[in-house]
Amino acid sequence: MGEMTRAWPVDTLARVPFWVYQDEANYRAELRRIFEGPTWSYVCLESDVAKPGEFRTTFVGEMPVIVVRGQDGDVHAFENRCGHRGALIALDDAGSVKNAFQCVYHAWSYDLRGNLIGIAFEKGSNGRGGMPSDFCKADHGPRKLRTTTLCGLVFATLSPETPPIEDYLGAEILGRVRRVMDKPVQVLGRFTQGLPNNWKLYFENVKDTYHASLLHAFFGTFRITRLTQGGGVLVSPDGAHHASYTIGVPEDAKSAAYREQGIRSELDGFRLADARLLDSVDEFNDRIQLQILTVFPNLVIQQVQNSLAVRQILPKGVEAMELHWTYIGFAGDDAEMRQRRLRQANLVGPAGYVSMEDGCVGGFVQRGAAAASDELSVVNMGGEGTESMDTRATEASVRGFWKAYRRYMGY
Amino acid sequence: MLERVVRLNADYARAIDDDRLEDWPGFFTEKCLYKITSADNHRRGLEAGVIYADTNGMLRDRVAALREANVYERQTYRHLVGLPALVGTQGEVTRAETPFLVVRIMRDGSMDIFATGRYLDALVDDGGALRLRERVVVCDSGRFDTLLAIPL
Repeated sequence: MGEMTRAWPVDTLARVPFWVYQDEANYRAELRRIFEGPTWSYVCLESDVAKPGEFRTTFVGEMPVIVVRGQDGDVHAFENRCGHRGALIALDDAGSVKNAFQCVYHAWSYDLRGNLIGIAFEKGSNGRGGMPSDFCKADHGPRKLRTTTLCGLVFATLSPETPPIEDYLGAEILGRVRRVMDKPVQVLGRFTQGLPNNWKLYFENVKDTYHASLLHAFFGTFRITRLTQGGGVLVSPDGAHHASYTIGVPEDAKSAAYREQGIRSELDGFRLADARLLDSVDEFNDRIQLQILTVFPNLVIQQVQNSLAVRQILPKGVEAMELHWTYIGFAGDDAEMRQRRLRQANLVGPAGYVSMEDGCVGGFVQRGAAAASDELSVVNMGGEGTESMDTRATEASVRGFWKAYRRYMGY
Repeated sequence: MLERVVRLNADYARAIDDDRLEDWPGFFTEKCLYKITSADNHRRGLEAGVIYADTNGMLRDRVAALREANVYERQTYRHLVGLPALVGTQGEVTRAETPFLVVRIMRDGSMDIFATGRYLDALVDDGGALRLRERVVVCDSGRFDTLLAIPL
C-alpha cells in the first residue's frame, strides 16, 4: 500500500482539499488502493478481442495489461510484464497471436492466460548454464487480473474482493448501461486526448451536471433551446457511479422546432449554416437526448443525441492523464445513421463543440490551485448529500465521487 | 497544376496562421469533405474524425463556434506545408498528397509540435479558382494535446 502523509481536513463531502490533485504520495496510493484495488477498470470492448488469440494492450491505472481472448472463448487479462526482467511482453496496441506471447528480450513465452510456459535455454546449452532445476515457472508469471464482460464492455480487476459487476454498479446504473449498449457495437474511430490535469479533475468534470450549460456555450450561442422537459442525475448508492440525462420533448415536435431554429435568424444571435448537425433520431425510444454515465474509476459512456462513445480515463502521473475515446455505432446501423453519427461526432471528442472545453478546464484548475494545496474546493450545489436528484443544478454526483474515493482510500 | 496546388496550400496555411479563419471555408467547394483523423484510423478504414464536415456550411459553423461559443486558451499555429505530390487525376478531379507540420504557440510562449501528417486532397477547378472538394487530414499520431480548436 502507498503511504499517505496527509489527513483529510474536513468531514463534509462538500469540501475537497486541493492537495488531492497535487500530492505524489497520495497519487501512488490511489494507484494501489483504487486502480489496483477492489474496483472494475474498463479495459476494452469485447469486439476488440473477438476471436481466440486477438489481444489489446492497455492499462489498469499505470499497470500495463494485455487483454486477450483465450482458446476457451473467455477473455483473459494479465500484466504486460515479463516475469523474467520485467520487459513489456506485447508491444502493439492490438494484434493477434496463435497460442502464446513471447517476450522479445530473452524469448520467455506465455500462454493466453498469462502462464509462463517457456524459457529459452531452460536446460542450458551443451549441459552448461540454464535455470536451476527447482525453478518453478508457475511462480514467475505476470500478475493476472480477473475479467468480466457487460454489454460488450470488458472490465478487469486485480482484487479477488471486487464484487460482481452487476452488484458493483447497482441496479439503477446497470439499467442505464444496458439502455445504450443494447446491441453489438461497431467501432467508428479512436482518438487519444492528453489532458494537463490530475485524472480526478476530469472524472469530476464528467459527473458535474452544473457546469454543462455554463462552460459549454455552443447550444446557447446558436440559440438552440435545449427543449427539455427535464432531466436529472442518478447516483449509485455507494456514490461511485452516476448517470445524468436530459429528456427531450416528443420527437415530432422536437424535429420541427429544431428545424425552425436552424433557419431562424436573430439580430443578436447566430444560427447554424447547416442544421443537419442536430438532426437526431430517438434510437432508444425514450426521448432521452443525452446521457452521460460514469463507472468508477475510469469509464465514461456517452450518448449525446446519436453520438455514442466510450471514454477510458488513464492516469499518467499527478498532473497528467489520457482520455482514450472510442467512437461507436451499432453493427446494424444503416448508411443514414452512420452519417448522422459521423456528423454528430463534431459535438464530442478533442475538437467537440460541447466537449473541447473539458480538455482545458481541468488544466485551469490544476494551474489556478497550484499554490493552494491547503485550501478547500467548494462542492456545495444541491446541499451536501449524494442522492439522485431530478435536477442538474446539483453537484450530488461529484460528492458521490468523493464519498467513494474516501472510502477506497481510507480517508 | 503543381504550382496551383502549392499556391492554394500557401494561401490556406496563411489564412489559418494569420487568424483569418473566416477565409478558411472559401478554400473548399460548397459540397465538400473536411475530416481530421489519424493514420491508424485511416489505415484501418475507421471513418470517424475529430472534425467531420461534409458541407461548406459545416465549415462556416465550425468557425462561428470557435469565434462565438467555444472556450480555449489563446493560441496560434504555424503551418509548415511541404511540396504536394500529385497522385492522380479522375476527370476534373486532381488528387494530391502533401505533408504538413503544425507548431502550436500558446499565450505563455510555449511552443509544441502539435501535429504532423499529410493532406489527402481532391481538388477541382471551381469557376477559375482551384478549390478543395475533399481534404482528409491524416495526422501521424492519434493523440491530441488538450484540445483541437483551430483547424489543421
